[in-house]
Order: sequence, then structure tokens, then C-alpha cells
Amino acid sequence: MNKKIRILIAKPGLDGHDRGAKIVARSLRNAGMEVIYTGLHQTAEMIVETAIQEDVDVIGLSLLSGAHMTLFTDVTKLLKKKKIEDIIVLGGGIIPEQDIPKLKKEGISGVFGPGTRTEEIVEFINKNVKK
Amino acid sequence: MNEIAANVLKEDPRAIARLITFTENGDIEASKAMKDIHRFTGNAHVIGVTGVMGGGKSTLICEIAREFRKKGKKVGIIAIDPTSPFSGGALLGDRVRMMELAMDKGVFIRSMGTRGMLGGLASAVYDVVEILDASGKDIILIETVGVGQAEVDIIKIADTTLVVLVPGLGDSVQTIKAGLMEIADIFIINKADRPGVNQTVAEVESLVDIECSNEDRRTPVLKTIAKEVNGIKELVQEIETHKKYLKNCKKFDIKRKKRYEAELVEIIRKRLMNFIFDESKFKDKVELLIDQIYKKEIDPYSAADKILGKILK
Amino acid sequence: MYDKQKLESIKKKENEWQKNKYKKITKNHPERKESFENLSGIGIKNIYNPWDNKDLEFFKDIGFPGEYPFLRGIHATMHRGRLWTMRQFAGFGSAEETNKRYKYLLKHGETGLSVAFDYPTLYGYDSDHPLARGEFGKCGVAISSLKDMEILFDGIHVDEITTSMTINGPAAIIWAMYIANAENRGINRNLIGGTIQNDILKEYIAQKSFIFPPEPSMKLIVDTFEYGFKEVPRWNTISISGYHIREAGSTATQELAFTLGDGIEYVKAAKERGLEIDKFAPRLSFFFNAHNDFFEEIAKYRAARRIWAKEMKKLGAKKDRSLLMRFHTQTAGCALTAQQPEINIVRVTLQALSAILGGTQSLHTNSMDEALALPSEKAVRIALRTQQIIAEESGITNTIDPLGGSYYIEWLTDKMEEETYNYFDKVEKLGGVIPAIEKGFFQREIAESAYKYQKEIDTNKRKIVGVNDYITDDEISIPILKMDEKGEHRQINRIKKLRKERNNQKVEKNLHRLKKAAKGSENLMPYILDCIRSYATLGETCGLLREIYGEYEEPAIY
Repeated sequence: MNKKIRILIAKPGLDGHDRGAKIVARSLRNAGMEVIYTGLHQTAEMIVETAIQEDVDVIGLSLLSGAHMTLFTDVTKLLKKKKIEDIIVLGGGIIPEQDIPKLKKEGISGVFGPGTRTEEIVEFINKNVKK
Repeated sequence: MNEIAANVLKEDPRAIARLITFTENGDIEASKAMKDIHRFTGNAHVIGVTGVMGGGKSTLICEIAREFRKKGKKVGIIAIDPTSPFSGGALLGDRVRMMELAMDKGVFIRSMGTRGMLGGLASAVYDVVEILDASGKDIILIETVGVGQAEVDIIKIADTTLVVLVPGLGDSVQTIKAGLMEIADIFIINKADRPGVNQTVAEVESLVDIECSNEDRRTPVLKTIAKEVNGIKELVQEIETHKKYLKNCKKFDIKRKKRYEAELVEIIRKRLMNFIFDESKFKDKVELLIDQIYKKEIDPYSAADKILGKILK
Repeated sequence: MYDKQKLESIKKKENEWQKNKYKKITKNHPERKESFENLSGIGIKNIYNPWDNKDLEFFKDIGFPGEYPFLRGIHATMHRGRLWTMRQFAGFGSAEETNKRYKYLLKHGETGLSVAFDYPTLYGYDSDHPLARGEFGKCGVAISSLKDMEILFDGIHVDEITTSMTINGPAAIIWAMYIANAENRGINRNLIGGTIQNDILKEYIAQKSFIFPPEPSMKLIVDTFEYGFKEVPRWNTISISGYHIREAGSTATQELAFTLGDGIEYVKAAKERGLEIDKFAPRLSFFFNAHNDFFEEIAKYRAARRIWAKEMKKLGAKKDRSLLMRFHTQTAGCALTAQQPEINIVRVTLQALSAILGGTQSLHTNSMDEALALPSEKAVRIALRTQQIIAEESGITNTIDPLGGSYYIEWLTDKMEEETYNYFDKVEKLGGVIPAIEKGFFQREIAESAYKYQKEIDTNKRKIVGVNDYITDDEISIPILKMDEKGEHRQINRIKKLRKERNNQKVEKNLHRLKKAAKGSENLMPYILDCIRSYATLGETCGLLREIYGEYEEPAIY
């Protein structure tokens, strides 16, 4: 079996800061994963539709504009609505500690803020994606 | 009928996507479903798109897809990017340029890594074409890893092959590997608003003169500016004309049969490799043989005889 | 600059010292690292001496402050005459909340205002636009109309203080709001001073809040240059920025080269329109980052001044005011850590110090909590105090360009200038700035540098205190700025009310006239001003331009 972990990296909303998203994308590629990068200005609908067609194991959402509570949960709510239960959703960017418990309750499995080593993200994904 | 296959025929995107994943991973589930869908395939026009890097293939494909959508056709797009030989991972970035099609229910886009396969295609691409075909897509566009002599496997699978170039190549039109110039059913000079376009067109035309001097069809050379949706209507017309041409001179059937031959070869090859190198029964024996080859206790040919002997018995 | 014979003897002595002393010692006591480079990857020697400046000619290359090539400073008196402006970038929620923050900052001694807008505003959307959902006021203030601008500057004397506005795509429209607001309060447009960032090229390269494609964007920018020197003479109609390029991950030399390259491109565009260089050039300004490598940053600012002066001369500028580069600096956001946030104060202090020693005209110091959220009152007050302590207590402003003549600094300044010209050549070979953008050249360079930097951190080759070294288990606990939850509701209601109560006929007429003008080549500022004065919203005005100019799609580069 030649299974690869497939991950979608998306930037929801209007935020244009893509330095981190691109670095993470490259690091995940170097860790043997297939990374689909959607680019900027994605809506939840576009992200979920892409995740379906690409049959990804993980969705990684990157946001630095502070709008994460709304935009991240838009994605998890839509996944729930479509009864998609086998995709892990991760969040990265500028996310204050106090928002993390709320995000986790809404379905974000991991939050990776400033100072995260890229290996941490790789390890988390390898550990949590069902083989 | 296999459940996933049934859902694929119902055009359910989740089933399509899941079956593609199974075929890519070599999952056992795959062959059951693939067996059921084959007789529902054959309708789709498969268009391969290859060419130089930076030629704007993705944008061009997006526009070709939109044009076909206007005509009411359903479109499948396969975007192939190279898998890193070191890490085994891949950055699949073609989709970025097609995001406006993401919400069109009549379009299905899938990004694939080559996963070790040379030739510009991914191993499972034959399966993906069958799946998209069976799910009702009239047009299937395949964007291959571009450029180079080795990346011409697209002709094994495509009915119509587009080769995309850009102006200002200068004398590198000459240096463009022979393979790439030979496989084109249609040449496209994209980004035709750049300087040097007329010269590039002229150079390609003169190469076509030589290539097609004894042929019954002259490969057309078109100019497009994909970003401005310029020249796309004409391109799509040429694509449809090409299909008619293939059907008329019976080349269509020959091409299709060649495709199935390549597909069969690929299925057999994968099964064989899987059996020999991945199945645990054989794996240890193979590792032992490799060790013996290294110690010069046996030579590679004799080792192969041993393995094949066991299989062919 | 030095006697040739003396230089030779110094060189000889250095070679001896390196071989006989340094190498001997480091054999048994190796240096702390395998190699020493700055953040641009330039190798740094263990010691610098006059030989390293051997090609420098004092009058040609160094000179005096306030004189070409302006290496040591653009004014004769620099900070001895007048301190840099303490200008803290601020904005969040609705105009009311930000107005309060401005008054707080002014009370605590800031000397210039700087407006941060939220994402919908940056993209030209009103707060009630569907795409504004969840984004209202999160990273800046929401400004949807002249009404909001009036509230934003309520009780602030815009004829006595200058305002910088970080706005790019819709810059002309926001500028029109500022002008209209001042005039409505009886302040003549000759008296208002400030800056609009208005630098679209770096948006394509780094910050990515572009709207329209390059051609119409450049046209709008030149419109503002022209309107500026004719109508609003104290206004800087552009802040050519390297800050964002650096934040996106570039090195210091890339920041320098790409920014100046953009600047030259703007000058060329304005000249092509037929504008006289000595008329618009005095109102061009710049914006740089102040990152971690102390001396590299200082050399960068000095090199910037000298290169700009040279290039402007080449482009035909004659007046000193056209040759001297004025710049604002912000300490590096990307250098802040979420871990042990208090130590960011130390980082910011060092970064601010380099900017001041580098001769900045204006400075923003980041707050310690900005890796996590927008600054709280206490945090931003400390950031302001940082500048004030440097100004009043450190003594560094007692003389001008104190690091001038340092063998290291002069060598590094030269080196950065050299690297910049290398980049200029590369870009020219690609056909110029805009073709290079479309080919993804800058974006690729930046992504490479960003990736390299992160890898150095991941592998512990580069130490970041608190992140991969000197780690604590402390919970990150500092008070985070809380925003008024009713703000969005208030704003949306305000917009609804505005749309009902204004003279909609007038608005229609003005928008129609703008539409006509936008299809031609007239300067759009007067038309935009008319729309804004009649309370057309940002979204309506910008939306119109969007329809006509289209939206830009960027090439995808990793």
C-alpha cells in the first residue's frame, strides 16, 4: 500500500499573510505528505468542497487577522453539516491562548501559534491521522 | 454492484474522491469498484496538457474548462505535480489557479503527485480517468508535469494532446526536446501578449512543416492569452475538430486501444511489484536475495529468474 | 580616505594578527560558531579596520548630514534639531474605540498619529459586506464612510498633528475622506500633513492586500502624486515600504533592494505621465523594518539614503528635497515571540535603537503582546516609553550619525549597496519590476529566505530566546486587549442609517461621474472627493472601481 497523508492548507477570509502557510506547506511536503495549497481568500464552502474532491486527511487553516473564531468555526460547522467526520482540522496563526479551548470545542483538533516548530505539526499529523 | 462504484455512477463527489484515493493507495477496495465501473466508461474526451514550465497551463486549463462548461459539458481536471524523490511528499499547487471552478458542481478537480512514476503522469491516472469518465464527465483535462524528453507519457492516455509554449523562447524552440514537439496534436503559444510571439509562432510552424509533411493533418499552432480569456473559444473549437478527425479516420479507436494496453500494463506492473516487494510472504525472500547479490553470491539476472520462476509457476 | 602606504601597512599587520594571534588562539579555543553571518547571509569578519574602507572617498561617499549623498542624515541637524516623530500604529473596532486610543496615545506623548484599518476596509468593503463577516475591527479600525472618519478624528487637531494611514488598494478614497473631514472642520487643505501608504507594488510582492491589477493601480497612485503636490502640499502621497517585505520573510538586503526598486518604478511611472520630478519627488517617503541584527539594520538605512540619492540624481532630480530619503520605521513584528512576552520589550528596545542610530524620521515601537493580539493600553504605553527613554536618557542623539566612520559600519553599508545593485540588475534582466512580479521573482526570493530562516530555527542553528532556547514552562498570561462586542452592530447600523439619510440622488450622480472619469485618463481625485463628500461609502466607491478595473489574481509561488 502506498498511502500518503493528504493535507489541505487554506487561508480563509481576507488575511493576506501567507509566509507561515507556505513554510508549513513546504515542511509537510518534506515530511512526505501531499499538500494542496488553496491560496488566499477562501470561503468555508470553497475549502470544504476542495477537501471533499481532494479527499484530504487534514485541513490546516492559517489566519493572522484575528477573525479565527468566526472563520475557523465556519469550516468545522460546514463539515458537520455535510456529515464529514474523518477530516482533522488544525488552526495556525495569531490565536490568543484564551480562544483555544473554544476552538477545540468547535472541532479544531490542534492550534499551532507563533513559535511552533514545524516538526511539531508533522508529529501531530502523523500521530492523529488514522492509517 | 459495489457500493462506491454505484455512488460514482450517481456522480457523488465524495465517492469519486474516495475511489480515487483507493486506487492511488493500491487499496484492495479499488479493484472491486473499478471492475464494476469500466463498462460505463468510454464517453469522455481525454485532453492532455503539457509544455514548458511557466507556460500558464493551469490558467489555460481553467479557461478551457469554463468554455466547455458554457457548452453544457461536465469537466474533470487532473492536475499532476512531481513527488519529491527524497521525501515522497508533494506540493500540489495547480489547483490554486482554478479556484473559481471550485464551486461549480459540474467540475471535479483532483490534484495528484507522480509518486515515483516517471514520464510526467501519476501511476493511478488511468484509474482516475476511468472514474471521472464513469461519473459522467464529458471532458477530462490532464495537466502533466511539463517539459523534458521523458515527460511524454501523456500520449498514452490522451485522445488529444496540447503542448503549451510561451513566446521569447528564441532558439530554445530548437532545444525543446524532440519528444515534446512530436506529441502535439495542437500547439499553443500562451501569454501571446509577450514580446517575441510572432517569432515563436514562426519557429513552431516551420517545425510543424517538417513533422507533418507526410501527414494527413497539419498540427495547428494557436495563440492564446489565458489570463485575458483570449483565443480560448478558437482553441476549444480546434479540440473538438480534432476529436472529429480522430473518429473519422478511425485513429480514435487505435488510440483508445493503446490506452487500455498501457493501463493493463500498469495494473499488471503494480500488482507484480506489490506482490514481490510489499507482500510479506515474498518480501523477506527478496531482501535475502538482494543481500546475496551484494555479497556476490548470486547475480541480479539469476535472482530475477528465481522470483519470476516462483510467480509464473 | 586614508594614506595608501599606511593602509598597506595596516593590511600587513592585520594578516599577521589573523595568522599569528587569532588562528593560534582559536585552534585551542574555537569561536562560538562555525561562521558568523548577518541575516542577509553576508559573512562578518572578526575585526574591521581602515583597510576595509580603502575604496571610500570621504566627500564622494560619506560627506556631511543634509548634503548629497545624505549618507549621514538627510537634514543638517537631524535628531539634534528635532527628534523623530513618535508615531504608534493603532486601530481596532469602530471609530469610537480607536478615537479613544488615539487620545490616550497623544496624552502619553506620541507626536504623530498612525491609522490601522481592518481587513474589510483594506479591501474596500463596507462593514456590512458579506466578506466582512468575522473580520470587522479585528486588526484595525473599520472605516466605511466619511462619517466614520469624522468620529475617528473627533477632538483631534488635524491641523496641528500629522497622520499616517496604512491603506493601499483604496488609498485614494480614504485620503479623500481625510481631506474632506479636515475641510468640513474649516481646516484648509494646505495645512494638513500626513502620509498614505499607497504602495501597491509591495502588496503584490508581500502583503497581498491588493485589489486592482498593476496598470490601473499605478495610474491611481500617480493621480495621488499629482493631486498631492498641487492641492495638498504637506502630504506624503506614498510610503514606499520594505517593512512588509521583511515581515514576509526577506533578508535585509532584499528588503533594501526590493523597496528601492519599487521606489524607482513609481518615479518612472510619474515621469511617464509627464510630471516634473522635482515637483512630486519631495513628497515620496519610505517605510522600513527594524529587525534583530543591530548593525545590519543601521547599515541598511544608511545605504538606503545613499542609493536613493544616487538613483534620483540619475533620474534627473535636481533639488535636494527630491534626493533626500525620508523614512518611517517600525520594529519587526515577526521578531516578537508569544513565549515570555515581556522580553519582547527588550527586543523592541534594541530594534528601536538601531532605527534611531540609522537616522529615521519617524518610529513605531511594537508592544510586547503583539504576537498574540492587538496592544493593550499598558503594553503600548511601555512601547512609547521605550522611545522616550532613548530620546531623553540615552544620550545617543547628542551627535549626528555617531556610527559614521566605524570601519564595520562603513564596510557593511557599502556591501549592502553592492548587493542592492546586484538585485537591480537581476530585475532588469527580467524586464523590470512589474514583469518580475508577474514572473514571481520577488515572491520566490522571499519564500526561500523565509523557509531558510525557519529551518535554522527548527534545527536550533538560530537561537530565539524563549522559543528554542531558554524556554520556560510558564503559561502565557498577559492581559489581552478586549474589544467592544457591540462595536460591529453599532457600525452596521450607522451605515444603514447613513444610506437612508444622505442625499442619494447626489451620491448616484457623483458615482456616475466617477465611473465615466475612471474609464478615461483624468485624475480621479476630484471625482472621488465629490463622492466621499456626499457620503458615498467606501464599498460603493471602491466597488465601482473594482467593476471597471477588475481584480488582480496573483501567481502562486511557494
